[in-house]
Amino acid sequence: MSATAQPLAVDHQGDHGHHHKETFVTKYIFSQDHKMISKQYLITGLFMGFIGIAMSLLFRLQLAWPDHKFTAYEIFLGKWGQDGVMDPNVYLALVTIHGTIMVFFVLTAGLSGTFSNLLIPLQIGARDMASGFLNMLSYWMFFLSSVVMVISLFVEAGPANAGWTIYPPLSALPQSITGSGAGMTLWLVSMALFIASSLLGSLNYIVTVLNLRTKGMSMTRLPLTVWSFLLTAIIGVVSFPVLLSAALMLIMDRSFGTSFFLSDIYIAGEVLHNQGGSPILFEHLFWFLGHPEVYIVILPAMGLVSEIMATNARKPIFGYRAMITSMLAIAFLSTIVWGHHMFVSGMNPFLGSVFTFTTLLIAIPSAVKAFNWITTLWKGNLQMNPAMLFSIGFVSTFISGGLTGIILGDSALDINVHDTYFVVAHFHLVMGISALFGLFAGIYHWFPKMFQGRMLNKNLGFIHFWITIIGAYGVFFPMHFIGMAGLPRRYYTNTNFPYFDDLTDINVVITIFAFIASVGQLFFLYNFFYSIFYGKKGPKNPWKSTTLEWTAEVKHIHGNWDGPIPHVYRGAYDYSKLNKDESDYVIPNQDYAPQNVPIQENEEETEH
Amino acid sequence: MTAFLIILVIILFGVAVWQIGKIFQLSKPISNQNSQIANDQDNNKQGYLMLGLLAFIYILMALCFWLWGDVLLPVAASEHGLQVDNLMLISMVLIFIVGILTQWLLLYFSFKYRGEKGKRALFYADNDKLEFIWTIIPVIVLAGLIIYGLFTWSDIMNVDPDEDPIVVELYAKQFSWTARYAGVDNALGKANVRLIEGANQLGVDESDPYAQDDIIVNELHLPVGQKVLFKIRSQDVLHSAYMPHFRAQMNCVPGMVTQFAFTPNMTTQDMRQEKDIKEKVKHINELRALKSKELVAKGEEPLEEYEFDYLLLCNKICGSSHYNMQMKIVVESEEDFNAWIAQQPTFSKMIKQ
Repeated sequence: MSATAQPLAVDHQGDHGHHHKETFVTKYIFSQDHKMISKQYLITGLFMGFIGIAMSLLFRLQLAWPDHKFTAYEIFLGKWGQDGVMDPNVYLALVTIHGTIMVFFVLTAGLSGTFSNLLIPLQIGARDMASGFLNMLSYWMFFLSSVVMVISLFVEAGPANAGWTIYPPLSALPQSITGSGAGMTLWLVSMALFIASSLLGSLNYIVTVLNLRTKGMSMTRLPLTVWSFLLTAIIGVVSFPVLLSAALMLIMDRSFGTSFFLSDIYIAGEVLHNQGGSPILFEHLFWFLGHPEVYIVILPAMGLVSEIMATNARKPIFGYRAMITSMLAIAFLSTIVWGHHMFVSGMNPFLGSVFTFTTLLIAIPSAVKAFNWITTLWKGNLQMNPAMLFSIGFVSTFISGGLTGIILGDSALDINVHDTYFVVAHFHLVMGISALFGLFAGIYHWFPKMFQGRMLNKNLGFIHFWITIIGAYGVFFPMHFIGMAGLPRRYYTNTNFPYFDDLTDINVVITIFAFIASVGQLFFLYNFFYSIFYGKKGPKNPWKSTTLEWTAEVKHIHGNWDGPIPHVYRGAYDYSKLNKDESDYVIPNQDYAPQNVPIQENEEETEH
Repeated sequence: MTAFLIILVIILFGVAVWQIGKIFQLSKPISNQNSQIANDQDNNKQGYLMLGLLAFIYILMALCFWLWGDVLLPVAASEHGLQVDNLMLISMVLIFIVGILTQWLLLYFSFKYRGEKGKRALFYADNDKLEFIWTIIPVIVLAGLIIYGLFTWSDIMNVDPDEDPIVVELYAKQFSWTARYAGVDNALGKANVRLIEGANQLGVDESDPYAQDDIIVNELHLPVGQKVLFKIRSQDVLHSAYMPHFRAQMNCVPGMVTQFAFTPNMTTQDMRQEKDIKEKVKHINELRALKSKELVAKGEEPLEEYEFDYLLLCNKICGSSHYNMQMKIVVESEEDFNAWIAQQPTFSKMIKQ
């Protein structure tokens, strides 16, 4: 396969002598350069993340002090926060849009979009993506979809508020909830654009990884990051179109009188004509994407963390092949477990048994990964850079959140915790916080690559990490208790009847921790934007890493390498490898052997 | 309690601020190095902080149990619920052991192997035996859990018609619940939303002979020790019939009838005497007394004393008043139940009125 890469690469090389004339527009806006596109993804993702987190603070205020009046509501929510009282409909809108933005716009586009774009060409030794134009199109569709989502916040009747899972009939009937009018239409339009963007991106990533690897870069020499991006893209291509079909059918049910998901409905004093549809069909279609989606979110984080951990532990990642196998297993299983979101949906209980079985199987590759990360730390020489801290934090929250998955994946146990705060606590830890940690780890690690050698301030990074992890545990560990107490999620207040009155204390503590954690993010935002312009320049390969991206030019040039593309002679994890007589490292006085360094005379060749 | 919590949070916040200050302080003297790459001092400090994180996680766990152990659901009030609770306990113990151990390994290693200039990391890329061990152990443990879980699940979901359960329809709409008892014949009359008219709010087929003795009520009464089969409908959007004390939940889907069956084994009176519930109610009443004081000071009515009742809650987002869609459930002795149901009008009587 890599043979096909050669002519292309040569081609590009010749092309390299004369520089394209770059205007402001082609360089910063409609850029086809993967490095610029990755930055565009990142900054758009961070902007959306800011909105998403701000929304969560508003509803956390409401949950902690439901009787209190906050002027913040009046300021941010306008007519829905009159006299400082939050409208129940806007509460639901806030949780809906918070979920949508965080899952799709921040953790899917912000994480996989940013790092697939940045790292795939740089780490496999390619001059750019297979199609720079499609790549640009992918970003701009994502941008458009973000714009539509933000615009939907300002429609007259309010944004979509049927939950981020938009189950019909609630999302199909404007009579049933305020947000199911224009707000939901815009939500669906935005998602349709998002899916198109994601597909364009994913196809590009797959083709690039398969075809444009440099000479010597076999699949088993790929850094785990690239493996994770490849598998993420494949899952995306398999499952996103199903969501599109669900969205299209929902659009038809809403606007053209079809009955895919609607049947026997009496609402607002009249019987609707719809008959024969089933909301459960929508649930199947939605979760056929929705579940793989959480792996689309977490796999890239796993890849980034594996890479960063090995680099900073100065050790090869433990069990490189097992890491790939477990990722393959996770990717495969992720497409056959969607039913565990539907144990009590009314589907056949036998299906529930099947999905319990497949779901609990996922624990096995996950456990393998967790143990391999821990072993990677064992007897290492851990360099505690901020990226490393976030990677360790990732493993910690991934374990904490993952373990409760054993409860939720068990259909018998799920009956009583389904849709309670236990679920909220579980998925925030295992995919929300963990994926965010992966994202932050990636940003701290590859910032110098993105911004031409400038580095983020490490002390601000340390502060950011410690506040975030303390805040994250402080928010989500107590939240399990609220769930185990039986409190359903998406309740505007839990004090409307007395039974849950004693949960108020816990809600107050959670909200305080949420605010502390959010304040921590300001350190990051400041650090990020300050360092883009004034960050200290570090060495070309600041983390002493083996992978190819650090051999590329610090200054961003079209084509990444000024000279010929480096060839690859070894795996991605030759850290602290000793020579045959164990007198010194393979390369004397240097504890790492970059991938483009040929096997040395006094060295044993190891295949990871 | 609240005061204690606030103090606790302030202390934790204080510790955080203090740590930040320390980080700042420590970072100053070495800033002349001008490097944003971690040095030995950073490694050392962050290594110790990792131990701190380990302590924080353990303390947080212990504190949560100590402070909030009492908010958890009391003992299950249904027969299958006891099985579920048992499985839950086993799973919980298991995940706590695994969690505590793996967090310790992860964070202790982070501390123990913190970097030092000149130290050599061990080149250790693979060990098939180790990897086999930690693949096979989860396989065995999960196989056990899966088998136990599946048996429990099929026990719960498969309703044996020979048991002759009482049939009750739970009818959901925005934002209230209605129950329809099948009456003397223990068979529900046919119903469809297209038949909703006037007093016939559930769309029951008036011509169906099975429907005549159906009894429609707004409060769910159940006899203790008898299996109840719930037939669940919704007239508008998805709802979910959630009865946490009975470990029971099933979605209400417009266009189809879903079902769930369980046997309540504890009357409301018995549950009120449970130690956990007594403490919980006492705590809630203390909170309500405080609130009442405020209300009285403002010249408003004080709150009533709270008494425990089983609840049927809506647990699927269904609209603006989702948070307030509930129905009281009363579990009582068979005699009390029979006396109560005898007082309720049948469907045919209700329609004639």
